[in-house]
Formats: sequence, C-alpha cells, structure tokens
Amino acid sequence: MTDITAPSVTFADPDRMAALRRRRYAADLRLRFYGIAAICTAIGLLGILVTTLVIGGYSAFTQTHIRVAFDISEDLVDRGDPAQGRWRTVVSDAIEEMFTGVEGADMRAAGQILTNNTQFIVRDAVLRNPGVIGSTLVLEIPAADPYDQLNKGVINRDLPESRRRLNDGQIALWDVLVEQGRVSRPFNWALFFNADSRFPELAGLAGAITGSFYALLVCFVISFPVGIAAAVYLEEFAPRNRLTDIVEVNINNLAAVPSIVFGLLGLAVFLQTFGLPRSAPLVGGLVLALMTLPTIIIVTRASLKAVPPSIREAALGMGASRHQVIMHHVLPLALPGILTGTIIGLAQALGETAPLLLIGMNAFITSPPGGVMEASTALPTQIFIWADSPERGFVARTSAGILVLLGFLITMNAVAIFLRQHLQRTW
Amino acid sequence: MANPAPTPAMESFQTVRTADANANPARLKADGVNVFYGEKQALFDVSIDIPEKSVSAFIGPSGCGKSTFLRCINRMNDSIEGCRVTGDITLDGENLYDARLDVVELRARIGMVFQKPNPFPKSIFENVAYGPKIHGLARDKTDLEEIVVSSLKKAGLFEEVKDRLHAPGTGLSGGQQQRLCIARAIAVGPEVILMDEPCSALDPIATAIIEELIDELRENYTIVIVTHSMQQAARVSQKTAFFHLGKLIEEGPTEGIFTNPREKRTQDYITGRIG
Repeated sequence: MTDITAPSVTFADPDRMAALRRRRYAADLRLRFYGIAAICTAIGLLGILVTTLVIGGYSAFTQTHIRVAFDISEDLVDRGDPAQGRWRTVVSDAIEEMFTGVEGADMRAAGQILTNNTQFIVRDAVLRNPGVIGSTLVLEIPAADPYDQLNKGVINRDLPESRRRLNDGQIALWDVLVEQGRVSRPFNWALFFNADSRFPELAGLAGAITGSFYALLVCFVISFPVGIAAAVYLEEFAPRNRLTDIVEVNINNLAAVPSIVFGLLGLAVFLQTFGLPRSAPLVGGLVLALMTLPTIIIVTRASLKAVPPSIREAALGMGASRHQVIMHHVLPLALPGILTGTIIGLAQALGETAPLLLIGMNAFITSPPGGVMEASTALPTQIFIWADSPERGFVARTSAGILVLLGFLITMNAVAIFLRQHLQRTW
Repeated sequence: MANPAPTPAMESFQTVRTADANANPARLKADGVNVFYGEKQALFDVSIDIPEKSVSAFIGPSGCGKSTFLRCINRMNDSIEGCRVTGDITLDGENLYDARLDVVELRARIGMVFQKPNPFPKSIFENVAYGPKIHGLARDKTDLEEIVVSSLKKAGLFEEVKDRLHAPGTGLSGGQQQRLCIARAIAVGPEVILMDEPCSALDPIATAIIEELIDELRENYTIVIVTHSMQQAARVSQKTAFFHLGKLIEEGPTEGIFTNPREKRTQDYITGRIG
C-alpha cells in the first residue's frame, strides 16, 4: 500500500551512502591537488627561467676595469686644439709604461688588453677637463672582452692553450696587471648609460631604453585617446545593429592577430606609402599603437560596463546630458580599470619584437636617439641583436638585457596594481 | 453615498474613476499612454490626472507597469532600447513627448528618486551641488552653498551631516543616503518629484522618517510615489492609482480606494488575494 506520507526513501543503505561520501571527499581532494600541482609547475618553470637568466646575466652587471695613468704631454696634445692630439700614441705610451720591466712582453698583445676605444675615452676625458694637459691623468679603463671574461672566471686557465681564447703569454701579461693592483670590478653603469657598441665591454642599453621609451610614448599618445573614444562610442552611443556587431567582432579578432602581421602592415603603410624614416621610434610606436588599440578598447568597454547602472540613472535623472553622464560619472569610475588595462597593454607592447624587426628597429646604432624620428633600437630588438653576436661578452649581456626588460615589465605591472588598489572607489 | 458591489472584470476595459472634490488642480496629465518594449506592450491606454502639491501613489503587484508609467513622466525610458511610448503626457499643457522638448530641462523640472539609494561616489556637498552646477542655478560659490544647505535642510538631513559635508555620500546609512538623493533632487528646484519605491531598501525607522519627509514636501512639490506597500500608500498619499497587468484599474482619493474599492481586482489586491 502506498501512502503519500510514507518516507520516499525506502532502500537507504548506510554503508553505501558512507562510501559515496568518501568518494566525493576524495574527488574534492584530487581537484585541489591538481590545482596545487599546476601552480607549482608554473612557479617552477618561472623560477628556472629567472635563475637561468640570473646565472647567465649577473656577470654583465659588473665590468673589469684597469687603472691606467696617461701622461698627457704637451708634445702630443696641443693646448689650443686638444681634439686633434695624438691620442693613439698617448695610449700606447701608457701601456708601454705599465709593462716596463716585464720580460718578453709582447707589446702587440699588451695593446689589446684595454678596450679598443681607449684613445677616445682618454680624449673625451681631456676635452671635458683641459687643465690636465701637461700632467698625468689616471683613468679606469674597461678591459677588453677576453680579459674581462678571464677576470670573471669564464675563461678557464686550466684548459690546454690551444683550446683557450687567450694564450699563456696574454695571461701572463694580465697577471702582471693584477699584481700591480690595477684591476677592479665595479658595477657596470655602462650597461645603462652607453649605447650599443661592437665591443661587448662598451655596449649598453641606453639607446634601446631611449628608443623603447619614445616608441611607447608614441604608442600611448595614439592608442589611449583613440581607444577610449572608440570604446565610449561603442559602449554608450552606438546602436545595436549588424554594422556595430561586425565592428565589435573585428576588434576582438584584431587583438588576436599575430604581431608580425602588424609589422608587415607598418612596413607597407608607414614606410612605403607615407615614407616615414626607417628604424624610427615613431614608426615603431605607430605599429605598437595598432596592436595595443584592441586591448585598450576591450578593457575600456569592460570597465564602462562594470559601472553600476544606478549611477547613470542618478545622473540622467538629475538632468545631466549624455555627455555629462559619461564625463562626470561613468569615465571617472571606470578610469582605474582603464588605466590598469592600458598599462598592461603597454607592457605587452614593450616586449613586442617581431613588428619592430620588420620596420628596421634592429639596426646597429651607437648613439641614443634624440627624438622620435631618429633611427634607434628598442629593448627587445637590442636583446635580439646581442643574442645574435658571437662574442662571449654578449652572451652575458643578452641575459642582462632580458633581466632589465623584465624589470621594466614588473615595474609597469606593479604600477597597474597600485593604481587599481588606490584609485578604485566604492559605491 | 451608495456604493455598488465590486464589478466583475470586464472584457472591454474601462478605468474606474472616483472624483475628489477636495483635490488640488492638476497640472500633470496623462492621456491614453501606451508603452511598448519591442513587441511587448507594457502599458495599455493609461489616463490619469496628477493633482499638484499632493502625493499620488501608484500601487499594484510586481510587473503591473506602475514603475514603467512613472519613468515615462520624466522620460527615463528614453535610454532603454526598443522602448516606445504613445499617447500624451502633459505638464501645464505642454506635451512632454514633443520632439522640440528639451529632455535635460524636463528632468530638471521633474526630478526622480530611485528604489536603491544611489548617491554619486563624491562628497555629500558635491552630490547636492551637482544638479545646480550643471543647470547653472548658482551665480557663485555662496549661492551654491546656500542651495546645498537649504536642500539638505528640506530633506531633513542637514543636522545629521553639517559637520561632514565633505565626507563621501556613500559613507552614510541607507536612510540617510536616500534623503541625500531627495536633497539632490530638490536642489534643482523641480515642480514634480517622482519616487520609485523609495523605501523598499530601508529599515522601518528610516522608512518612517522618509514618509514624514514626503508629507512635509507635498506643501511645495507635486509628488508621485510608486510603492509595494499598501500601508505606505495609505499613510502618505492623497490619491491612489491601482495598476494591474499594464492597465490602470482604478484611481481615486486614497481613502476611498482603501475603504471602498469599487473594482473587484482592487479589492482583491488590497485584501491580499492577488499580488
């Protein structure tokens, strides 16, 4: 007999239910374990990456210097016109003096211990301070790359001579300098204040950092206002119809277009059609702006959507015009989100390499650009150039360059997080 | 007065109206208003006169169209896509849906208070000053301060916030926020104030304060209030209109509606049989 008041479960089996519960708890535990395992993998891989970079790159943050006394005699350097002095002789005299009394010193080899540009370094120092003409000038000169590597222990003395970059004679010369107490290894400021060079001991990132700065500036100036204007129109004014749907889909697709395609576009349009200068940060910035635009538009639209409708209604109900609703209320509330998105977009642009290669920002340029129209490299392309160079010193500098780039990216992301935390208002 | 038994629902529909001899003259009138959301019709042929300087309450079950009708009065439905309004709503004989009419100016004359308190995330002062600023109602700073203070006083909030006018408006309690919204609406000097369930998010004490405030405000303003609470309608309003399924079923003096409804559906609603 069935009765509607009878319990509907008649086959309850406590053992079965307990087993089922155990299985559910086990599933919970497994799910949590998968999550932890995934995060550990990600952190581990990141750790490996950073560790490799630090191990490979830390030596580039110091540079071996040799203290040399240059005798700036008036015979060689004219007080009236110091720039035309016989600097090469000044340098070779100084080297000869360093090695007086060293038996069997090979002067040819000794001449290559200081960096190749020593004569210009001395000249520039004297030009800055002409008072030293006629006396002795003591300078810390960077050691040439092989000796720098020797000093840092990269070149192994125990290898047989034939398999070493430096022969026994050269090492002997070096040891003389060490004995004389001339060798030091200070922090390598040249890495940040020198532009690129053929010689690793002189090469730095100043040109690349300036170039990247100009390119990002152009990128920001174009993509920020255009992106926000486009997003505000699409979100607040545009009617919902087939045309705006197509625009929307295309903006979303644009965000996924491979960056090299934008590079080709920049090459074809900005360089070929408009005739803008090759390798210029202006062109780089324009291309990066095209790439950043979809990101900014998407982020801005999301931020605008997140502003509660009650605020819009309040403003509309007060008799604010649409423009006032947007400018006085909606945009200020959406701004933290927009800024965060923009900074992340710019950080992405900072690391973008492929499009810059196509417009020639991987040229060999030995001075920082003075403006957006001058040829320049950018951080990622500089890393690309260095990674391609065979000298041992560039290997470490490549890693160091990547670390600097990562440093900038982390800083930008930190700024984004800071803005999000501190500008956000509650309602 | 002979009171006929509640009439059964008629197929051909006619609003039941009871005239009120004591009512103030009406400046705000609706005549044959229909509202469509896309294909769906939300309001059917609503006609009603709103007497000035008194409180009119719209009651009815959820989805009956009372809020929709309220939002037609200051054209807040304009911003809803696919919303179409036909018929006439006039203020002093001027059609609010005239193409030449300036919506921005209209909303300064017909203010609105919403269901959920929605102060701007700015200071209390800025909240009230915003309307006068955008409409250019203040010549200078002292003028503006005067408007802000008097609006806050009229909304009964000044004593509570006079020491922290520059604290954020969002830091106030719910009832205070709602009074801030009322002060904000008053600040632009409207003739009509529309209130869309202004107490539904408030506790009973805050509700009582707002109701008292509404009673005071009717000396100077025409107030239209949408409410879910029949007690509230009975307490604060002089005129009540009952909406059901997009139709205005019955309207008349509040007392008559609650004590002697002439239409069966009105009676069912106020006795709790439909809702």
